[in-house]
Amino acid sequence: MNQNYLLTQKTKKLFLLIGGIGLLLLLGGLFMNLPDSKRIWSNVLINNLFFLFIALCGAVFVALHKIAYAGWHTALIRLPEALLSFIPVGALLMFLIYFGMHDLYHWTHEGLHDPIIEGKIAYLNTPFFFIRMFLYFVGWIIFAYLLRKNSLQLDHATDLKYYQKGKILAALFMIFFAISSSTMSWDWIMSIDAHWFSTLFGWFIFIGLFESGIAFLILMILILKRQGYLTYINKEHIHDMGKYLFAFSIFWMYLWFSQYLLIWYSHIPEETIYYATRLNDHKVLFFAILVLNFLIPFFTLMTRDSKRNLKWLSLIAIVVLIGQWLNIYLLVTPGVMGAKASIGIFEIGFIMLYLSLFLFVVFTALTKAPLLRKNDPLLEESFHYET
Amino acid sequence: MERYLSAYFQDEENLLRAAKDLKENQISILEVFTPFPVHGLDQVLNYKRSRIPTIGFIAGAIGAILAFGFQTWAFVYDYPLFVGGKPNFAIPSFIPITFEITVLFAAFGMVFAFLIKSNLGPGSNNKIYDERITDDRFLILIDYSEETETKIKEILEKEEAQDVRVKENKM
Repeated sequence: MNQNYLLTQKTKKLFLLIGGIGLLLLLGGLFMNLPDSKRIWSNVLINNLFFLFIALCGAVFVALHKIAYAGWHTALIRLPEALLSFIPVGALLMFLIYFGMHDLYHWTHEGLHDPIIEGKIAYLNTPFFFIRMFLYFVGWIIFAYLLRKNSLQLDHATDLKYYQKGKILAALFMIFFAISSSTMSWDWIMSIDAHWFSTLFGWFIFIGLFESGIAFLILMILILKRQGYLTYINKEHIHDMGKYLFAFSIFWMYLWFSQYLLIWYSHIPEETIYYATRLNDHKVLFFAILVLNFLIPFFTLMTRDSKRNLKWLSLIAIVVLIGQWLNIYLLVTPGVMGAKASIGIFEIGFIMLYLSLFLFVVFTALTKAPLLRKNDPLLEESFHYET
Repeated sequence: MERYLSAYFQDEENLLRAAKDLKENQISILEVFTPFPVHGLDQVLNYKRSRIPTIGFIAGAIGAILAFGFQTWAFVYDYPLFVGGKPNFAIPSFIPITFEITVLFAAFGMVFAFLIKSNLGPGSNNKIYDERITDDRFLILIDYSEETETKIKEILEKEEAQDVRVKENKM
């Protein structure tokens, strides 16, 4: 029952196949219609963010349940922990945008003579931008390493020492993440439209982060169950994951609307310009993300049975993941490229290439430790509980 | 005149085991009173899942339609006012009220459905089987008949039931 995950040749080939098709599509996109540097860099940024968010959700998932004294998740704890291993890779990829700063962020341009951007120069300047970025990643990687180490120590623990230590660690991480998740969303996403700001932007990004992470965890459970692992994960665990997906899709919509309503109502030109470019140039996408991230999960996951059906839940999780990717797309590209932005095979190729890398890193990390944390005091509770 | 048997338990584990044993011996349990929800008791007593969520959805949907419909009628047909340069039929400004009324209707719908279904609330006339069922004890009411009496007593004794009594229903 307590075994390590084995990454078979077949699975590896599948991941390589995804990457291969991605590369072909990417090259096809390059040859058919050579994208300009803005399009390439915005793709790099979108996919960096999307996959880094899923990885960060792993850390949030671990820490959140730890400080809430939750027991139900203990049997599937290795899955979010495997996600953590992508954070260092995500950091390397994120530092790549050093070369694309000029294309992505208008505020990095020299000689703008723009009083609004000049007023923000104390925060929005390239050296400080990278210092902050360095600090986020140092913090996240250290905490991810410590959380993982603590979890591995619990495998051989005989008393509650490591369990208590993990609790303090999780609480410290949550404090660090509460601040860093807000500021990182200002830095990487909100500063694209440097004139515009929204005070609840950080929470909005955080909820999207959690939502896409949960959706990915559901798909991971499906894949592992298909391969004959996680036999002890029953309908109750699936039900709780489904509840997360359902509840956070509502909360995502709540925050999206809270931001939209105030800007729509007050009707101040420097604020409405943000929505005007998105609504006028990308009308279909603008409404599509609301349908994919809210209406579909809301109506399809409302009943109890739908949340307990892993296949159905996985289908909705895929819809939500697509919705969250499009959400980040709509946050980034209109600010970078304006009305020219469009999704073609170049974008799809880019996603598949990233996905292949992500799956490789995460599933390799999954093989490193037994799928059950043996000596966790809450493990027994995780086997016998009712939702 | 209906006769039944009542007994107390100190602990929910005893109650659960006793209920299981009684069911296995085809003795019907009239009612169980517990100070908090006992996991697994629903399955033992073969209770169906509550339909309260369905009522919540229907009541919420009615609330949503009513709130949205009323605002549309008031702001578009009955008393159109020009506010803040917005069109009269301004959907975003209707959403918060629609949301609140939906929640209100769903919550009240579920509360009243629960009160009516469980015969609680003002005007209901419920028999108090014993004062202590409103406190910290687990009470079980068992359908009594002469043939099964020894079996019932045996099971109850095994699970340390207290104060086993045969009572008569006057209603």
